[in-house]
Amino acid sequence: MSEPEAAVPEPDDPAALARARRDGIAVGLATAAYGVSFGALSVASGLDVAQTMFLSLVMFTGGSQFALVGIYAAGGIAAAGTGIAAAGILGLRNAIYGMRMRPLIVGEGRGLRGWLHRIAAAWITIDESTAVALAQTDRRSVRTGFWVTGLAVFVGWNATTLVGALIGDALGDTRAWGLDAAAAAAFLGLLWPRLKRLQAGAVAVGAAVVAALTTPVFMAGVPVLVAALVAIVVGWFDWFGPRSRRAKEGLR
Amino acid sequence: MTAWHLVLLASAATLAFKLLGYVMPPKLLEAPRPARIADLLTVALLSALIVVQTFGDGQAIVVDARLPAVLVAAGLYALRLPFIVVVIVAAAVAAGIRAIF
Repeated sequence: MSEPEAAVPEPDDPAALARARRDGIAVGLATAAYGVSFGALSVASGLDVAQTMFLSLVMFTGGSQFALVGIYAAGGIAAAGTGIAAAGILGLRNAIYGMRMRPLIVGEGRGLRGWLHRIAAAWITIDESTAVALAQTDRRSVRTGFWVTGLAVFVGWNATTLVGALIGDALGDTRAWGLDAAAAAAFLGLLWPRLKRLQAGAVAVGAAVVAALTTPVFMAGVPVLVAALVAIVVGWFDWFGPRSRRAKEGLR
Repeated sequence: MTAWHLVLLASAATLAFKLLGYVMPPKLLEAPRPARIADLLTVALLSALIVVQTFGDGQAIVVDARLPAVLVAAGLYALRLPFIVVVIVAAAVAAGIRAIF
């Protein structure tokens, strides 16, 4: 275990592989439940069933999807620019996940097959597939965890989005059903697991205050983007960051 | 611009970010700042979306049936109930309050 590769050992451990597969399926099933709420909220925002399905098939990253339909619901097509920007910023972390996963998943394969492999991996690079993959202890299990989770979430999410969209279509007056409050609760559910660190909590509070103060000033969607500045400032200077890391960097 | 343009452009943007991760040099990750900011951006946007979705009514800030629903949701998340249950209960709370008043 003293070799440099010790962090990602290579032995094929059938138990570890089976665990990776099981984790992936379990996460896929759990995530599928979110799809119903996305489908219903998307149709409630004014998008049709086909547009809703397109988002789940192609965009396929929950936070961005919820953000886009939330801003569209509030501001309509006039808020399209801010909706696209918010969805894009929320999808930015997938690029970071991709950089982390690429050496573990696809290597440096060129040619058509290499590129198709990369595009397929990129398509299903989301919170869940990355988290399950990185929780595994050997390289084959990392790969198995990534692909099984990504595909399980993809199939489940799209199937339940369709169910939700058809339910939303049938509901009619969505305010009477409390779907606007359901959207707020959905955002809270996406935020909740990210609040474990002081820094994240501080950014959440700061962004909430900025969004509330700027809502009367700007058109729908813009306050969300203005609130993103809180993350850039706090992240740039590493305010409220873990003390050990700040000490290592010489308090810069 | 139509709703389809919105859906296509936003999907293209997010898919482009995913692909970017597979063509950019992984060395970028060694700098802690971009990774940290990307993480915090997610937190800031979700937090702002909660506020707008809970209190926003066009450009006005209003307190209505959504606030108690979101407070109930927060309590249920703290009790570690699953996402779908919390979202349905939140909708039911808001719908119930609106039906009564």
